[in-house]
Amino acid sequence: MSTPPTSQQAPSPIGENVRRVDALEKTTGEALFADDLQFGPNLLYGRIVRCPHPHARILNVDASRALALPGVKAVVTGQDTPGTIGLYLQDRHIFCRDRARYVGDPVAGVIATSEAIAEQACRLVEVEYEVLDPVLDPLQGAQPDAPLLHPDLEDYEVANFIFPKPGTNISNHFRVRKGDVEAAWAQCDAVVEREFRVPHVQHVPIEPHIAIAQADRHGQITLWTSSQSPFAQRSLIADALGISQSSIRVISPYVGGGFGSKAGVSMEALAVIMAQKVPGHPVKLRLTREEEFFTTFVRQGLIAKTRIGATKDGKLQAMKTEYYWDAGAYTEYGVNVTRATGYSSTGPYEIPHVHADSYCVYTNHPVGGPMRGFGMPEIHWGIEQIMDLLAEELGMDKVEFRLKNCVRGGSIIVTGSEMHPVGLPECIQKAADAVNWGTDEPASAPHKRRGKGLAIMWKAPAMPPNAGSSASVRFNEDATVTVSVGGQEIGQGAFTVAAQMAAAALGVPVDWVRVHGPLDTRYSPYEWQTVASRLTWSMGNAVVAAANNARRQILELAAEHWDEAIENLDIQDGMVISYKSEQSLPLQNMVVYGLPKPDDQGWRGGPVIGHGSFMPTYVTGLDPETGQGPRSVVHYTTGCQAVDLEVDTLTGQITILRVAAAYDVGKAINPDQVRAQIEGGVVQGASTAFFEGLAFKDGVPQNTSFVDYRIATSVDIPYEIISIIVEVPQDDGPWGARGVGEHSMVPTAPAIANAVAAAVGVRILDMPITAEKVYLALEEGE
Amino acid sequence: MAAHQITFTINGGQETALVTSHTTLLSLIREQLGLTGTKNGCATGECGACTVLLNGEPVNACMVLAVEVDGAEIVTVEGLAQDGQLDVLQQMFVEHTGTQCGFCTPGVLIMARALLDRNPNPSDDEIKDALRGNLCRCTGYVRIIEAVKAAAKAGG
Repeated sequence: MSTPPTSQQAPSPIGENVRRVDALEKTTGEALFADDLQFGPNLLYGRIVRCPHPHARILNVDASRALALPGVKAVVTGQDTPGTIGLYLQDRHIFCRDRARYVGDPVAGVIATSEAIAEQACRLVEVEYEVLDPVLDPLQGAQPDAPLLHPDLEDYEVANFIFPKPGTNISNHFRVRKGDVEAAWAQCDAVVEREFRVPHVQHVPIEPHIAIAQADRHGQITLWTSSQSPFAQRSLIADALGISQSSIRVISPYVGGGFGSKAGVSMEALAVIMAQKVPGHPVKLRLTREEEFFTTFVRQGLIAKTRIGATKDGKLQAMKTEYYWDAGAYTEYGVNVTRATGYSSTGPYEIPHVHADSYCVYTNHPVGGPMRGFGMPEIHWGIEQIMDLLAEELGMDKVEFRLKNCVRGGSIIVTGSEMHPVGLPECIQKAADAVNWGTDEPASAPHKRRGKGLAIMWKAPAMPPNAGSSASVRFNEDATVTVSVGGQEIGQGAFTVAAQMAAAALGVPVDWVRVHGPLDTRYSPYEWQTVASRLTWSMGNAVVAAANNARRQILELAAEHWDEAIENLDIQDGMVISYKSEQSLPLQNMVVYGLPKPDDQGWRGGPVIGHGSFMPTYVTGLDPETGQGPRSVVHYTTGCQAVDLEVDTLTGQITILRVAAAYDVGKAINPDQVRAQIEGGVVQGASTAFFEGLAFKDGVPQNTSFVDYRIATSVDIPYEIISIIVEVPQDDGPWGARGVGEHSMVPTAPAIANAVAAAVGVRILDMPITAEKVYLALEEGE
Repeated sequence: MAAHQITFTINGGQETALVTSHTTLLSLIREQLGLTGTKNGCATGECGACTVLLNGEPVNACMVLAVEVDGAEIVTVEGLAQDGQLDVLQQMFVEHTGTQCGFCTPGVLIMARALLDRNPNPSDDEIKDALRGNLCRCTGYVRIIEAVKAAAKAGG
């Protein structure tokens, strides 16, 4: 009660470029990742025996020679894993039982005293296979006479919004039937039809997958792992083993890059099964970089067939799309990519007549899973090129065409739902302006051609309708605050924005707030998964709820203490203040010890713990026949990227001069971090556009090293990335915020493709746009 | 398996270790010495996450045998800060958001240290060229390059 309250508000950390809370420990080498944890001499190591065939029946596994090798402790096989596992569709055994479905499918696991011995023992495990006909193409796989990869499809457990077709290789079919497409073609003055292809892409986190598991003698399991989804992993593994969630504890320190590859369960369950064989010993399983390329999740391949039409005034009328996802051996996660791309199949356009079929097709390729953008980079590759082609057919400027047709607040979107307020037109205009759209600028040399192109995008968080978040806020004696979350820091800055939000909602300086890992399902509050760019929004809402809950407790205490109405009180800059009596009280001590009642009559209050949760309650189901429903998703984040590049006509090489990327993030909680996400996404998008794609020969991956699978290095990046933030607030987001982590890579590849077409007239429909393809197309054109 | 006794300096302190003929420098640093700041990203010399200074030169620790460092001087990310004072590169990586997930960061910092030691005023292209062997999947390299530039400007 010393200093009087200030009349002006303390500065809010919302919208400030607060420094990353994890930056210091990440630059000193002190930040711990899973492989940095120390387990002592009791630690054992696991390695995996993998199927060398794309499709085979397992006739016999003989581990006797492996078990005889000194240092080998145990060998596990599919016989140790009766249950199935999977997020949306339980179609996977942790270790193969009777059948292996891709090159790399885990057949057995060896546990030994060293990695070298385990590796050596793997070669001594004798597996007898009967090689079966593989499915290596989703179009072939979708045919009725294709070899059947999952004859038991009808018996698998499945989420109620996924629709497998038993007796086929189609594990999900999502349909849109809106308006009357066939009748609409007649009204179109221009119609364009094309087929686009996208290869399998690897996430390439620089930290390879790693899991250390330990089972104790009474069935409790602890799993230390690099994870975007400790809670989902706990739940999926518990279900697969038929044990309680409370019997599994997942601990996850910092994640060295995820991009979706460390969501759900991929290799982590292997370590758990191995640990169960050697109770009391932690068992470490770390993937080699080679394994990383094809034995965890990969981004699914896609064949997209699209037909689109507009009237001569440039108004879109109809779109017909077929997506065939090359979803791999198990589609437990990929089925929802199929769904999300179905209900977003038009891209961010208002089109009255839509007919879309998105098929998730089992193939004998690596397991498809979530990757940054969850299907959106793949479908926008085609959508945004065919929009350019249609605009050309109509003789319209591509910016004008997009402004005329893009979604706005109140638009009726592909699912029949109404679009919320959105700043996409502003994004288009600003990105175009930033590259001097409409102005021809000279190339840097006579043999080079310059071109500009752009692409727009949308993406909604793709998740179950009721994916939840929770958080807690605890005070220390000195009024510093510990915020606990179940969302993971995977580089995107989640802990930093959580600190900012908690500080703003509580009314304390942001440097009083601590948000720390590791996540620990025993102590951290529940979070569905760190995916879908959902943390700033969903976890953010939970953090704000928890902070408000703690704040309420403090204000109630002060109101009682001062005998004032709570409405007159506030917390500013770490002080409780009264606007009425102008008293103030520091938070220190009172947030733990409470406050004394008058005349030594005892105490009030006690340690303050705020809790809060958030779960969207308003997402409705979609009609399985038509894909229509009142609210298909929580919301969409939209954006636009414009690319200015030049093509070397002698070599086909492309140099990006500048990229302008504009996103409507609702509210940038930390603008600097938003820009960092945009830059990283643009470069990852450009990397997939120019270099990436897993090459298969008869189902065998051919390029499983950084030499053969190139990703962008420091010399490959655009000369300039112009990040533009647009803020049209989101009604269900904290301070109006939406996510942006994934979105920044969605339109990069098609924007580059459109710019290449503008520069040299070469249209590449199959990703990636290699210099070789461009050069050969130029040769052919001459 | 023959064991070899080697003596070397790491981050300013002298160490002696028993290693096998095939122990890598990376394994020595991470597993025998417990210095886990240096990361294992590929173990095949392709990603740069395990970059350390060996007699002042940047090397991929996974590509060097431990027996080769007998008598040598090694600096890892843990050795960049001196007397509790961060290296200017570390300061600038914090200030300019040169890190996201942080897994490539130790190797990038060491490579950048080697660059500034031999070229205190590198151009953008020289920075990019120096870091081309250090893969980063998060940042798009933009802030990393900015941070190195800022460190050079601050006297590197």
